Amino acid sequence: MRHLLSVTDLDAAAATDLLDTADRLRQALLGREVRKLPTLRGRTVVTMFYEDSTRTRVSFEIAGKWMSADTVNVAARGSSVGKGESLRDTAATLAAAGADCVVVRHPASGAAHRMAHWADRAAKEGVVGPGGPGTATCVVNAGDGTHEHPTQALLDAATLRDRLGGIAGRRVGIVGDVLHSRVARSNVFLLATLGADVVLVAPPTLLPVGVEAWPCRVGAELEAELPTLDAVMMLRVQAERMRGTYFPSAREYAVRYGLSERRAALLPAHAVVLHPGPMVRGMEIAPAVADAPASAVLAQVRNGVHVRMAVLYHLLAGATA
Amino acid sequence: MATSRRGDARAGAPYRELLSAADVARTVARIAHQIIEKTAFSPENATELVLIGIPTGGAVLARRLAAAITEFTGAAPAVGSVDPTLYRDDLRRRPARALGETDVPDGGLDDRLVVLVDDVLFSGRTVRAALDAVAEHGRPRAVQLAVLVDRGHRELPIRPDYVGKNVPTAHDESIEVLLAETDGRDGVALVAHDAQRDQQGGPA
Repeated sequence: MRHLLSVTDLDAAAATDLLDTADRLRQALLGREVRKLPTLRGRTVVTMFYEDSTRTRVSFEIAGKWMSADTVNVAARGSSVGKGESLRDTAATLAAAGADCVVVRHPASGAAHRMAHWADRAAKEGVVGPGGPGTATCVVNAGDGTHEHPTQALLDAATLRDRLGGIAGRRVGIVGDVLHSRVARSNVFLLATLGADVVLVAPPTLLPVGVEAWPCRVGAELEAELPTLDAVMMLRVQAERMRGTYFPSAREYAVRYGLSERRAALLPAHAVVLHPGPMVRGMEIAPAVADAPASAVLAQVRNGVHVRMAVLYHLLAGATA
Repeated sequence: MATSRRGDARAGAPYRELLSAADVARTVARIAHQIIEKTAFSPENATELVLIGIPTGGAVLARRLAAAITEFTGAAPAVGSVDPTLYRDDLRRRPARALGETDVPDGGLDDRLVVLVDDVLFSGRTVRAALDAVAEHGRPRAVQLAVLVDRGHRELPIRPDYVGKNVPTAHDESIEVLLAETDGRDGVALVAHDAQRDQQGGPA
Protein backbone atom coordinates (compact mmCIF):
# COMPACT_ATOMS: atom_id res chain seq x y z
CA MET A 1 0.00 0.00 0.00
CA ARG A 2 1.55 3.31 -1.12
CA HIS A 3 -1.40 5.63 -0.51
CA LEU A 4 -4.91 5.32 0.87
CA LEU A 5 -7.15 7.15 -1.57
CA SER A 6 -10.28 5.08 -2.01
CA VAL A 7 -11.88 2.06 -0.38
CA THR A 8 -12.18 0.57 -3.86
CA ASP A 9 -8.39 0.06 -3.75
CA LEU A 10 -8.95 -2.39 -0.88
CA ASP A 11 -10.09 -5.96 -1.41
CA ALA A 12 -11.69 -7.89 1.46
CA ALA A 13 -8.32 -9.29 2.60
CA ALA A 14 -6.60 -5.89 2.65
CA ALA A 15 -9.50 -4.25 4.48
CA THR A 16 -9.66 -7.08 7.02
CA ASP A 17 -5.92 -6.77 7.50
CA LEU A 18 -6.31 -3.09 8.39
CA LEU A 19 -9.17 -3.85 10.80
CA ASP A 20 -7.13 -6.63 12.44
CA THR A 21 -4.14 -4.31 12.78
CA ALA A 22 -6.40 -1.72 14.41
CA ASP A 23 -7.58 -4.37 16.91
CA ARG A 24 -4.01 -5.37 17.72
CA LEU A 25 -3.00 -1.76 18.23
CA ARG A 26 -5.92 -1.28 20.60
CA GLN A 27 -4.77 -4.35 22.54
CA ALA A 28 -1.20 -3.11 22.63
CA LEU A 29 -2.30 0.14 24.30
CA LEU A 30 -5.02 -1.33 26.53
CA GLY A 31 -4.70 -0.48 30.21
CA ARG A 32 -1.38 1.27 29.81
CA GLU A 33 -0.36 4.36 31.68
CA VAL A 34 1.78 5.62 28.80
CA ARG A 35 -0.06 5.39 25.50
CA LYS A 36 2.95 5.63 23.25
CA LEU A 37 4.49 3.16 20.81
CA PRO A 38 7.94 3.75 19.29
CA THR A 39 6.93 2.35 15.90
CA LEU A 40 6.92 5.52 13.76
CA ARG A 41 9.77 7.37 15.47
CA GLY A 42 11.39 9.75 13.02
CA ARG A 43 8.46 9.74 10.59
CA THR A 44 6.63 12.97 9.88
CA VAL A 45 2.90 13.16 9.25
CA VAL A 46 1.36 16.41 8.01
CA THR A 47 -2.38 16.92 8.17
CA MET A 48 -3.54 19.40 5.57
CA PHE A 49 -7.17 20.39 5.95
CA TYR A 50 -8.83 22.64 3.41
CA GLU A 51 -12.18 22.04 5.14
CA ASP A 52 -13.30 22.16 8.75
CA SER A 53 -12.90 19.03 10.82
CA THR A 54 -12.75 18.06 14.46
CA ARG A 55 -12.65 14.31 14.78
CA THR A 56 -10.79 13.36 11.63
CA ARG A 57 -7.96 15.83 12.10
CA VAL A 58 -7.67 15.22 15.84
CA SER A 59 -7.77 11.44 15.50
CA PHE A 60 -5.10 11.41 12.76
CA GLU A 61 -2.93 13.61 14.94
CA ILE A 62 -3.46 11.44 18.01
CA ALA A 63 -2.87 8.30 15.94
CA GLY A 64 0.46 9.67 14.75
CA LYS A 65 1.50 10.85 18.18
CA TRP A 66 0.62 7.56 19.89
CA MET A 67 3.00 5.87 17.46
CA SER A 68 5.73 8.50 18.03
CA ALA A 69 5.47 10.11 14.59
CA ASP A 70 6.01 13.85 14.45
CA THR A 71 2.70 15.38 13.49
CA VAL A 72 2.24 18.82 12.00
CA ASN A 73 -1.08 20.47 11.26
CA VAL A 74 -1.55 22.87 8.40
CA ALA A 75 -4.86 24.67 8.10
CA ALA A 76 -5.67 26.13 4.72
CA ARG A 77 -6.61 29.29 6.52
CA GLY A 78 -3.43 30.84 7.84
CA SER A 79 -1.15 29.08 5.33
CA SER A 80 0.16 30.14 1.91
CA VAL A 81 -3.00 28.71 0.37
CA GLY A 82 -4.58 32.04 1.31
CA LYS A 83 -1.94 33.77 -0.83
CA GLY A 84 -2.93 31.76 -3.87
CA GLU A 85 -0.52 28.81 -3.75
CA SER A 86 -1.74 25.88 -5.85
CA LEU A 87 -2.41 22.45 -4.38
CA ARG A 88 0.45 21.05 -6.43
CA ASP A 89 2.98 23.58 -5.13
CA THR A 90 1.76 23.08 -1.58
CA ALA A 91 2.17 19.31 -1.96
CA ALA A 92 5.69 19.67 -3.37
CA THR A 93 6.58 22.06 -0.55
CA LEU A 94 5.38 19.64 2.12
CA ALA A 95 7.32 16.78 0.49
CA ALA A 96 10.52 18.81 0.29
CA ALA A 97 10.06 19.93 3.90
CA GLY A 98 10.11 16.25 4.93
CA ALA A 99 6.50 15.04 5.13
CA ASP A 100 6.57 11.22 4.90
CA CYS A 101 2.80 11.26 4.81
CA VAL A 102 0.26 13.94 3.99
CA VAL A 103 -3.27 13.49 5.26
CA VAL A 104 -5.42 15.72 3.12
CA ARG A 105 -9.01 16.90 3.23
CA HIS A 106 -10.13 19.01 0.31
CA PRO A 107 -13.48 20.27 -1.00
CA ALA A 108 -12.68 19.05 -4.52
CA SER A 109 -13.40 15.40 -5.33
CA GLY A 110 -10.21 13.75 -6.56
CA ALA A 111 -7.80 16.14 -4.81
CA ALA A 112 -6.04 13.31 -2.93
CA HIS A 113 -5.66 11.32 -6.15
CA ARG A 114 -4.01 14.27 -7.84
CA MET A 115 -1.61 14.72 -4.93
CA ALA A 116 -0.67 11.04 -4.92
CA HIS A 117 -0.08 11.13 -8.66
CA TRP A 118 2.14 14.22 -8.39
CA ALA A 119 4.06 12.70 -5.47
CA ASP A 120 4.80 9.47 -7.35
CA ARG A 121 5.79 11.31 -10.50
CA ALA A 122 8.06 13.73 -8.64
CA ALA A 123 9.77 10.77 -6.96
CA LYS A 124 10.26 9.06 -10.30
CA GLU A 125 11.82 12.21 -11.71
CA GLY A 126 14.19 12.43 -8.76
CA VAL A 127 12.69 15.56 -7.23
CA VAL A 128 13.54 16.07 -3.58
CA GLY A 129 11.11 14.24 -1.30
CA PRO A 130 10.86 13.50 2.44
CA GLY A 131 13.87 11.15 2.48
CA GLY A 132 15.91 13.00 -0.16
CA PRO A 133 15.71 13.02 -3.95
CA GLY A 134 13.52 10.30 -5.44
CA THR A 135 11.48 9.53 -2.33
CA ALA A 136 7.73 9.99 -2.32
CA THR A 137 5.31 11.29 0.23
CA CYS A 138 2.37 8.96 0.81
CA VAL A 139 -1.08 10.46 0.66
CA VAL A 140 -4.08 9.60 2.80
CA ASN A 141 -7.47 10.83 1.67
CA ALA A 142 -9.26 12.30 4.70
CA GLY A 143 -12.27 13.35 2.63
CA ASP A 144 -12.34 14.75 -0.89
CA GLY A 145 -15.47 16.68 -1.79
CA THR A 146 -18.45 14.37 -2.22
CA HIS A 147 -16.24 11.49 -3.33
CA GLU A 148 -14.65 9.38 -0.58
CA HIS A 149 -13.61 9.25 3.05
CA PRO A 150 -11.93 5.85 3.35
CA THR A 151 -10.78 5.99 6.99
CA GLN A 152 -14.33 6.86 8.07
CA ALA A 153 -15.63 3.74 6.32
CA LEU A 154 -12.88 1.67 7.94
CA LEU A 155 -13.71 2.96 11.41
CA ASP A 156 -17.41 2.30 10.80
CA ALA A 157 -16.54 -1.23 9.71
CA ALA A 158 -14.39 -1.66 12.84
CA THR A 159 -17.28 -0.48 15.01
CA LEU A 160 -19.77 -2.80 13.30
CA ARG A 161 -17.40 -5.74 13.61
CA ASP A 162 -16.98 -5.02 17.34
CA ARG A 163 -20.67 -4.60 18.05
CA LEU A 164 -22.14 -7.25 15.73
CA GLY A 165 -19.33 -9.81 15.81
CA GLY A 166 -18.87 -9.61 12.06
CA ILE A 167 -19.88 -7.80 8.89
CA ALA A 168 -20.56 -10.49 6.28
CA GLY A 169 -24.28 -11.12 5.97
CA ARG A 170 -25.29 -8.20 8.22
CA ARG A 171 -27.76 -5.65 6.89
CA VAL A 172 -26.77 -2.00 7.21
CA GLY A 173 -29.06 0.92 6.42
CA ILE A 174 -27.58 4.27 5.39
CA VAL A 175 -30.08 7.06 5.78
CA GLY A 176 -30.17 10.68 4.66
CA ASP A 177 -28.11 12.93 2.43
CA VAL A 178 -26.39 10.26 0.33
CA LEU A 179 -25.85 12.70 -2.55
CA HIS A 180 -23.37 14.92 -0.72
CA SER A 181 -21.93 12.22 1.50
CA ARG A 182 -18.44 10.87 0.88
CA VAL A 183 -19.03 8.84 4.06
CA ALA A 184 -21.98 7.06 2.45
CA ARG A 185 -20.08 6.38 -0.77
CA SER A 186 -17.04 4.92 1.01
CA ASN A 187 -19.25 2.89 3.35
CA VAL A 188 -21.38 1.38 0.58
CA PHE A 189 -18.33 0.12 -1.29
CA LEU A 190 -16.33 -1.04 1.74
CA LEU A 191 -19.24 -2.76 3.48
CA ALA A 192 -20.21 -4.48 0.23
CA THR A 193 -16.59 -5.66 -0.19
CA LEU A 194 -16.79 -7.09 3.32
CA GLY A 195 -20.01 -8.93 2.48
CA ALA A 196 -22.65 -6.75 4.12
CA ASP A 197 -26.06 -6.15 2.61
CA VAL A 198 -26.40 -2.35 2.30
CA VAL A 199 -29.68 -0.45 1.96
CA LEU A 200 -29.92 3.27 1.23
CA VAL A 201 -32.90 5.31 2.38
CA ALA A 202 -32.99 8.92 1.25
CA PRO A 203 -35.20 11.58 -0.29
CA PRO A 204 -35.11 10.95 -4.07
CA THR A 205 -33.52 14.40 -4.51
CA LEU A 206 -30.61 13.38 -2.27
CA LEU A 207 -29.66 10.19 -4.14
CA PRO A 208 -26.77 10.54 -6.60
CA VAL A 209 -27.09 9.86 -10.29
CA GLY A 210 -25.86 6.35 -11.03
CA VAL A 211 -26.73 4.93 -7.60
CA GLU A 212 -28.26 1.89 -9.33
CA ALA A 213 -24.73 0.82 -10.25
CA TRP A 214 -23.62 0.82 -6.59
CA PRO A 215 -23.41 -2.52 -4.78
CA CYS A 216 -26.49 -1.79 -2.66
CA ARG A 217 -30.25 -1.54 -2.74
CA VAL A 218 -32.35 1.64 -2.47
CA GLY A 219 -35.16 1.24 0.05
CA ALA A 220 -38.37 3.17 -0.09
CA GLU A 221 -39.66 3.68 3.44
CA LEU A 222 -37.46 4.06 6.49
CA GLU A 223 -40.03 2.46 8.78
CA ALA A 224 -40.35 -0.61 6.57
CA GLU A 225 -36.57 -1.15 6.56
CA LEU A 226 -35.77 -0.50 10.24
CA PRO A 227 -37.02 -3.85 11.68
CA THR A 228 -34.74 -5.77 9.27
CA LEU A 229 -31.51 -3.85 9.97
CA ASP A 230 -28.54 -4.90 12.08
CA ALA A 231 -27.22 -1.35 11.97
CA VAL A 232 -28.40 2.04 10.82
CA MET A 233 -26.08 4.85 9.86
CA MET A 234 -27.61 8.33 9.98
CA LEU A 235 -26.01 10.95 7.74
CA ARG A 236 -25.82 14.65 8.37
CA VAL A 237 -27.68 16.89 5.94
CA GLN A 238 -24.78 18.80 4.39
CA ALA A 239 -26.36 22.22 4.10
CA GLU A 240 -22.97 23.78 3.23
CA ARG A 241 -22.80 21.76 -0.01
CA MET A 242 -26.36 22.46 -1.08
CA ARG A 243 -27.02 25.01 -3.75
CA GLY A 244 -30.76 24.99 -4.22
CA THR A 245 -33.58 23.22 -2.45
CA TYR A 246 -33.56 19.47 -1.98
CA PHE A 247 -36.46 19.16 0.46
CA PRO A 248 -39.26 21.50 1.57
CA SER A 249 -38.09 22.21 5.12
CA ALA A 250 -35.81 20.94 7.87
CA ARG A 251 -38.88 20.00 9.85
CA GLU A 252 -40.31 17.92 7.04
CA TYR A 253 -36.94 16.18 6.58
CA ALA A 254 -36.79 15.35 10.29
CA VAL A 255 -40.33 13.98 10.23
CA ARG A 256 -39.73 11.75 7.20
CA TYR A 257 -36.07 10.73 7.53
CA GLY A 258 -35.01 11.53 11.10
CA LEU A 259 -34.32 8.73 13.59
CA SER A 260 -36.81 9.59 16.31
CA GLU A 261 -37.24 7.61 19.51
CA ARG A 262 -40.37 6.01 18.08
CA ARG A 263 -38.51 4.92 14.95
CA ALA A 264 -35.45 3.71 16.88
CA ALA A 265 -37.82 1.40 18.79
CA LEU A 266 -38.56 -0.38 15.49
CA LEU A 267 -34.94 -1.59 15.27
CA PRO A 268 -34.12 -5.10 16.51
CA ALA A 269 -32.74 -5.16 20.07
CA HIS A 270 -29.18 -5.93 18.92
CA ALA A 271 -29.07 -3.18 16.28
CA VAL A 272 -26.42 -0.46 16.38
CA VAL A 273 -26.94 3.22 15.58
CA LEU A 274 -24.03 4.97 13.87
CA HIS A 275 -23.44 8.58 12.93
CA PRO A 276 -20.21 9.85 11.37
CA GLY A 277 -20.60 13.19 13.12
CA PRO A 278 -20.98 16.03 13.49
CA MET A 279 -24.57 15.30 14.55
CA VAL A 280 -27.35 17.81 14.14
CA ARG A 281 -29.54 16.71 17.01
CA GLY A 282 -33.24 16.97 16.29
CA MET A 283 -32.65 16.96 12.53
CA GLU A 284 -31.41 13.53 11.44
CA ILE A 285 -31.19 12.02 14.91
CA ALA A 286 -33.17 12.62 18.12
CA PRO A 287 -31.02 13.53 21.16
CA ALA A 288 -32.31 10.57 23.18
CA VAL A 289 -31.38 8.16 20.35
CA ALA A 290 -27.91 9.67 20.00
CA ASP A 291 -27.26 9.07 23.71
CA ALA A 292 -28.93 5.64 24.02
CA PRO A 293 -26.85 2.48 24.62
CA ALA A 294 -27.49 1.34 21.03
CA SER A 295 -25.66 4.43 19.79
CA ALA A 296 -22.03 3.75 18.91
CA VAL A 297 -21.16 7.36 18.08
CA LEU A 298 -18.36 7.70 20.63
CA ALA A 299 -17.11 4.16 19.99
CA GLN A 300 -16.77 5.24 16.36
CA VAL A 301 -14.52 8.12 17.39
CA ARG A 302 -12.34 5.87 19.53
CA ASN A 303 -12.11 3.24 16.79
CA GLY A 304 -11.17 6.08 14.45
CA VAL A 305 -7.92 6.59 16.31
CA HIS A 306 -7.02 2.88 16.12
CA VAL A 307 -7.98 2.55 12.47
CA ARG A 308 -5.89 5.61 11.58
CA MET A 309 -2.99 4.16 13.54
CA ALA A 310 -3.37 1.00 11.47
CA VAL A 311 -3.35 3.00 8.23
CA LEU A 312 -0.23 4.93 9.26
CA TYR A 313 1.40 1.68 10.36
CA HIS A 314 0.78 0.03 7.00
CA LEU A 315 1.94 3.09 5.06
CA LEU A 316 4.93 4.14 7.12
CA ALA A 317 6.27 1.36 9.36
CA GLY A 318 7.59 -1.04 6.75
CA ALA A 319 10.15 -0.72 4.03
CA THR A 320 9.14 1.83 1.45
CA ALA A 321 8.59 0.08 -1.85
CA MET B 1 16.97 -13.58 7.93
CA ALA B 2 19.67 -15.43 6.07
CA THR B 3 18.98 -16.01 2.44
CA SER B 4 19.25 -19.57 1.27
CA ARG B 5 22.45 -20.65 -0.41
CA ARG B 6 21.75 -23.70 -2.46
CA GLY B 7 24.36 -26.34 -3.18
CA ASP B 8 26.29 -26.15 0.11
CA ALA B 9 27.28 -29.15 2.22
CA ARG B 10 23.84 -29.49 3.79
CA ALA B 11 21.90 -29.59 0.57
CA GLY B 12 21.59 -33.37 0.88
CA ALA B 13 19.63 -33.16 4.16
CA PRO B 14 16.92 -30.59 3.66
CA TYR B 15 14.76 -31.66 6.62
CA ARG B 16 15.83 -33.33 9.85
CA GLU B 17 13.52 -34.00 12.79
CA LEU B 18 14.97 -32.75 16.07
CA LEU B 19 12.07 -33.34 18.44
CA SER B 20 9.12 -35.70 17.97
CA ALA B 21 5.67 -34.95 19.39
CA ALA B 22 6.54 -37.00 22.49
CA ASP B 23 9.86 -35.11 22.84
CA VAL B 24 8.02 -31.78 22.72
CA ALA B 25 5.65 -32.91 25.47
CA ARG B 26 8.57 -34.12 27.64
CA THR B 27 10.49 -30.91 27.02
CA VAL B 28 7.57 -28.70 27.99
CA ALA B 29 7.07 -30.74 31.17
CA ARG B 30 10.78 -30.43 32.01
CA ILE B 31 10.80 -26.66 31.52
CA ALA B 32 7.66 -26.41 33.68
CA HIS B 33 9.45 -28.29 36.48
CA GLN B 34 12.49 -26.05 36.12
CA ILE B 35 10.35 -22.91 36.34
CA ILE B 36 8.65 -24.27 39.47
CA GLU B 37 12.03 -24.99 41.05
CA LYS B 38 13.87 -21.85 40.03
CA THR B 39 11.03 -19.47 40.93
CA ALA B 40 10.08 -21.43 44.08
CA PHE B 41 6.53 -21.50 42.74
CA SER B 42 3.89 -22.72 45.18
CA PRO B 43 0.14 -22.26 45.69
CA GLU B 44 0.98 -19.55 48.29
CA ASN B 45 2.86 -17.28 45.88
CA ALA B 46 1.04 -18.35 42.70
CA THR B 47 -0.08 -14.81 41.87
CA GLU B 48 3.52 -13.64 41.55
CA LEU B 49 4.33 -15.62 38.42
CA VAL B 50 3.23 -14.49 34.97
CA LEU B 51 4.03 -16.43 31.80
CA ILE B 52 4.12 -14.11 28.79
CA GLY B 53 4.29 -15.75 25.38
CA ILE B 54 5.63 -14.13 22.23
CA PRO B 55 3.07 -14.72 19.43
CA THR B 56 2.36 -17.05 17.93
CA GLY B 57 4.48 -20.08 18.92
CA GLY B 58 5.58 -18.63 22.25
CA ALA B 59 2.02 -17.77 23.21
CA VAL B 60 0.95 -21.38 22.63
CA LEU B 61 3.92 -22.67 24.62
CA ALA B 62 3.19 -20.25 27.49
CA ARG B 63 -0.33 -21.68 27.77
CA ARG B 64 1.06 -25.23 27.76
CA LEU B 65 3.65 -24.39 30.40
CA ALA B 66 0.94 -22.79 32.55
CA ALA B 67 -1.21 -25.92 32.20
CA ALA B 68 1.75 -28.14 33.14
CA ILE B 69 2.64 -26.00 36.16
CA THR B 70 -1.01 -26.13 37.25
CA GLU B 71 -0.99 -29.91 36.90
CA PHE B 72 2.21 -30.31 38.94
CA THR B 73 1.44 -27.85 41.73
CA GLY B 74 -2.33 -27.44 41.81
CA ALA B 75 -1.96 -23.67 41.40
CA ALA B 76 -2.35 -21.77 38.15
CA PRO B 77 0.11 -19.06 37.18
CA ALA B 78 -1.18 -16.10 35.14
CA VAL B 79 -0.61 -16.40 31.40
CA GLY B 80 -0.78 -13.91 28.56
CA SER B 81 1.01 -12.67 25.47
CA VAL B 82 2.88 -9.57 24.34
CA ASP B 83 3.48 -8.82 20.67
CA PRO B 84 6.94 -7.32 20.14
CA THR B 85 6.41 -6.29 16.51
CA LEU B 86 5.79 -2.60 17.24
CA TYR B 87 9.14 -2.47 19.07
CA ARG B 88 11.30 -4.24 16.49
CA ASP B 89 14.47 -2.62 15.19
CA ASP B 90 14.07 -4.01 11.67
CA LEU B 91 10.56 -2.82 10.78
CA ARG B 92 11.84 -0.71 7.93
CA ARG B 93 13.71 -3.60 6.33
CA ARG B 94 10.62 -5.33 5.02
CA PRO B 95 6.98 -4.54 4.24
CA ALA B 96 4.70 -3.83 7.21
CA ARG B 97 4.21 -7.01 9.22
CA ALA B 98 0.99 -8.38 10.61
CA LEU B 99 0.68 -7.76 14.34
CA GLY B 100 0.26 -10.50 16.93
CA GLU B 101 -2.02 -10.65 19.92
CA THR B 102 -1.25 -8.71 23.09
CA ASP B 103 -3.10 -9.93 26.18
CA VAL B 104 -1.74 -8.80 29.52
CA PRO B 105 -3.39 -10.79 32.34
CA ASP B 106 -5.47 -9.07 35.04
CA GLY B 107 -3.30 -7.54 37.71
CA GLY B 108 -0.72 -6.33 35.19
CA LEU B 109 3.00 -7.00 35.41
CA ASP B 110 4.05 -4.64 38.21
CA ASP B 111 6.25 -6.36 40.83
CA ARG B 112 5.54 -9.82 39.43
CA LEU B 113 8.00 -12.35 38.06
CA VAL B 114 7.60 -12.48 34.30
CA VAL B 115 8.80 -15.49 32.32
CA LEU B 116 8.94 -14.62 28.64
CA VAL B 117 8.31 -17.67 26.46
CA ASP B 118 9.31 -18.11 22.82
CA ASP B 119 9.65 -21.08 20.51
CA VAL B 120 13.05 -20.37 18.93
CA LEU B 121 15.84 -18.13 20.23
CA PHE B 122 18.07 -16.89 17.41
CA SER B 123 19.52 -13.36 17.14
CA GLY B 124 17.87 -12.19 20.35
CA ARG B 125 16.30 -9.21 18.60
CA THR B 126 12.74 -10.42 19.10
CA VAL B 127 13.41 -10.89 22.81
CA ARG B 128 14.95 -7.41 22.98
CA ALA B 129 11.78 -5.97 21.41
CA ALA B 130 9.60 -8.06 23.73
CA LEU B 131 11.49 -6.72 26.76
CA ASP B 132 10.68 -3.19 25.61
CA ALA B 133 7.03 -4.12 25.11
CA VAL B 134 6.86 -5.75 28.57
CA ALA B 135 8.40 -2.66 30.18
CA GLU B 136 5.62 -0.53 28.68
CA HIS B 137 3.00 -2.66 30.42
CA GLY B 138 4.54 -2.46 33.87
CA ARG B 139 7.66 -2.91 35.97
CA PRO B 140 8.13 -6.60 36.75
CA ARG B 141 10.24 -7.66 39.76
CA ALA B 142 12.33 -9.70 37.34
CA VAL B 143 12.09 -11.09 33.81
CA GLN B 144 13.31 -14.56 32.81
CA LEU B 145 13.37 -16.22 29.42
CA ALA B 146 12.22 -19.72 28.44
CA VAL B 147 12.68 -21.09 24.91
CA LEU B 148 11.91 -24.43 23.33
CA VAL B 149 14.95 -24.28 21.02
CA ASP B 150 18.12 -22.21 21.26
CA ARG B 151 19.77 -22.23 17.85
CA GLY B 152 22.62 -19.83 18.62
CA HIS B 153 23.84 -16.86 16.52
CA ARG B 154 23.06 -14.24 19.16
CA GLU B 155 23.49 -10.65 18.03
CA LEU B 156 22.68 -9.13 21.43
CA PRO B 157 23.69 -9.95 25.02
CA ILE B 158 20.61 -12.06 25.75
CA ARG B 159 20.70 -15.43 27.48
CA PRO B 160 17.81 -17.83 28.19
CA ASP B 161 17.07 -19.09 31.71
CA TYR B 162 15.29 -22.23 30.49
CA VAL B 163 16.18 -24.08 27.29
CA GLY B 164 14.31 -27.05 25.86
CA LYS B 165 17.05 -28.03 23.40
CA ASN B 166 20.26 -26.45 22.20
CA VAL B 167 20.69 -26.90 18.47
CA PRO B 168 23.86 -25.84 16.67
CA THR B 169 22.78 -24.41 13.32
CA ALA B 170 24.19 -22.74 10.28
CA HIS B 171 22.97 -19.25 9.53
CA ASP B 172 21.09 -20.30 6.42
CA GLU B 173 19.26 -23.14 8.11
CA SER B 174 15.98 -22.61 9.84
CA ILE B 175 14.16 -24.25 12.70
CA GLU B 176 10.58 -25.26 12.11
CA VAL B 177 8.44 -25.55 15.22
CA LEU B 178 5.04 -27.16 14.77
CA LEU B 179 2.45 -26.98 17.55
CA ALA B 180 -0.83 -28.87 17.54
CA GLU B 181 -2.89 -25.76 18.39
CA THR B 182 -1.76 -23.92 15.26
CA ASP B 183 -0.24 -26.55 12.97
CA GLY B 184 -2.19 -29.71 13.75
CA ARG B 185 0.75 -31.62 15.25
CA ASP B 186 3.79 -31.19 17.48
CA GLY B 187 7.37 -31.41 16.29
CA VAL B 188 10.62 -29.53 15.76
CA ALA B 189 12.75 -29.89 12.64
CA LEU B 190 15.87 -28.41 11.12
CA VAL B 191 15.30 -27.17 7.57
CA ALA B 192 18.42 -26.70 5.49
CA HIS B 193 17.11 -23.98 3.23
CA ASP B 194 14.76 -21.49 4.69
CA ALA B 195 13.34 -20.48 1.33
CA GLN B 196 10.11 -22.40 1.87
CA ARG B 197 9.24 -20.78 5.17
CA ASP B 198 10.83 -17.37 4.90
CA GLN B 199 7.48 -15.61 5.36
CA GLN B 200 7.15 -13.18 8.21
CA GLY B 201 8.81 -13.53 11.57
CA GLY B 202 12.45 -13.12 10.76
CA PRO B 203 15.21 -14.02 13.18
CA ALA B 204 13.72 -14.98 16.51
